[in-house]
Amino acid sequence: MGIGVSTKDLRKIYTSPPPMAGPAARGRMMGRKERKKFEIVALDGVSLEISPGEVFGLLGPNGAGKSTTIGILTTRVRPTGGEARIGQFDVWRQQVEAKRLIGVVQQRPNLDFALTAREILTFHGAYYGLPSAERSHRAAELLDKFQLTERANDVARNFSGGMMQRLSIARAMMHDPQVLFLDEPSTGLDPQTRLLLWEIVREYNRIGKTILLTTHNMEEADALCHRIAIIDHGRVIALDAPAALKASIPGGYLLRLHVSRSTTELVARLEAMAGVREARQNGDRIDLYADRGGPLIGPIAAAVAESGTELYDVHISEPSLENLFLHHTGRSLRQ
Amino acid sequence: MNWKTFFAMLARDAHVARRNLVALLLQTMLQPLLFVFIFGRVMTSSGLMPENYKSMLLPGIIGMSMVFTGIQAVAMPLIAEFQFTHEIEDRLLAPMRIEWLAVEKVLAGMLQALVAGGFVVPASWLLLGKGVALSLNQPLLFAGVLVLVALFASAGGLTLGCSVNQTQIGLMFSLLLAPMISFGCIYYPWSALSAFPVIQKLVLLNPLVYASEGLRATLAPQYGHIPLAVVMGALLAIDAALIAAGLRQFYQKAVS
Repeated sequence: MGIGVSTKDLRKIYTSPPPMAGPAARGRMMGRKERKKFEIVALDGVSLEISPGEVFGLLGPNGAGKSTTIGILTTRVRPTGGEARIGQFDVWRQQVEAKRLIGVVQQRPNLDFALTAREILTFHGAYYGLPSAERSHRAAELLDKFQLTERANDVARNFSGGMMQRLSIARAMMHDPQVLFLDEPSTGLDPQTRLLLWEIVREYNRIGKTILLTTHNMEEADALCHRIAIIDHGRVIALDAPAALKASIPGGYLLRLHVSRSTTELVARLEAMAGVREARQNGDRIDLYADRGGPLIGPIAAAVAESGTELYDVHISEPSLENLFLHHTGRSLRQ
Repeated sequence: MNWKTFFAMLARDAHVARRNLVALLLQTMLQPLLFVFIFGRVMTSSGLMPENYKSMLLPGIIGMSMVFTGIQAVAMPLIAEFQFTHEIEDRLLAPMRIEWLAVEKVLAGMLQALVAGGFVVPASWLLLGKGVALSLNQPLLFAGVLVLVALFASAGGLTLGCSVNQTQIGLMFSLLLAPMISFGCIYYPWSALSAFPVIQKLVLLNPLVYASEGLRATLAPQYGHIPLAVVMGALLAIDAALIAAGLRQFYQKAVS
């Protein structure tokens, strides 16, 4: 039987720069001027219910609160309020029990550079109390699976980024955890290694393990996750299966126009066109949510020309989580 | 308490220390042994220092080697692992209360400090040549002082390692450790400072003074020293304070 993960109204306010949190978390300062107090609201009431055996994704831009959520769920960040559970265990009050159930792959490589690849795995197994024979056996198995056997007796310090990432994931799986946390697992990986990683995640999930991953890569979230929560400014702004989320964007297609001069009249006219569901104006840029893409360009160009404005650029994107994020926040995920 | 995890971490530190043994010994032993050679051999054989200075010097050198080995063994990896390499994260996630990881670090540092003491005694004895008059009349008291000195070193390492920024390592050596050595009663007994009453009082704030004086009191009691009871009491208090401060700093670094 798998283990689920849940959070209830989770809040985190940093009152000093977090020593080991992701660099992005330091970006948003909400200092109160009158007291000059350092304060960052990283999580503002996040409630999630992740079922046993689910692959769940946290999607959001840098600094949205993804790493803080993972930090709390893995006992490394003290929640300011709310509750986080791994299975039946309260993560903050029953840390040791919770830690036994989880494996964690951090955003940055944090391998033990004093050890060889094989020793990294066997010592990790020892920390979890695995008997010696089982440690060697499992280490050999994982090294093989992650294509690291050739370098097993080399110190990890000299490994490439992709190898370090593979070894980090192998290490997280060494004690056969019920819940696997992957914080930005494919950052810096070449496409081939990324596919290997996806395959390994799917395979691990097939044997009933719960997986929680963070990403700002839509393709990855789409390819791997059963459900996705989109997080921004420490809040969940949308939560559903990837297909359902994409279907919730009005029309699905997004056409971004860049014009020389945008008027309310032009926006109203564009919005009234057949196929256009919604138009939003932002300076000289207009976003159209529509149920078709290319076929609209002709009519759009005509409408813009008639209003005495010049059309500089049109960008069409198909239904995607990126558009969804844009629709909810008015900002791109990559900003 | 999860002893399996605790001992696995101790085994990891022992494994790494064994692998780096030569480098570790050179790093911590070379300087004390050079001091031993210059002050204990060159100065005495040239007549600039009396012959009995050798026995006065040796306990101080043992204390200094232990203290600096312990501090470096604990502080330097912690500074790097918390701030730069993040290597410690895997052990913070192990199924054990994280405070015990700090305790493990202190124990590993103590063992390294004791090993350093064990190396420096015969090595300096060889370097000093004839005329070393050490006695071991109270072996239990001597062992007690050794343990307290080792604990002071590694608990100090824990506190420093979790308080000092990576950019301040140079300052830590020049502003803290260098004066500690100079005013640590290593090359002279505390009583030799009687001509400088203010300094003599001030150096009592330096824990290294009690390490040197304690080792001198148990190895070379022929020289005047601070009463052993005072030394032991001071070392106990320093150890307790450093452990408390070190654990607090460690926790603050480990959990945000």
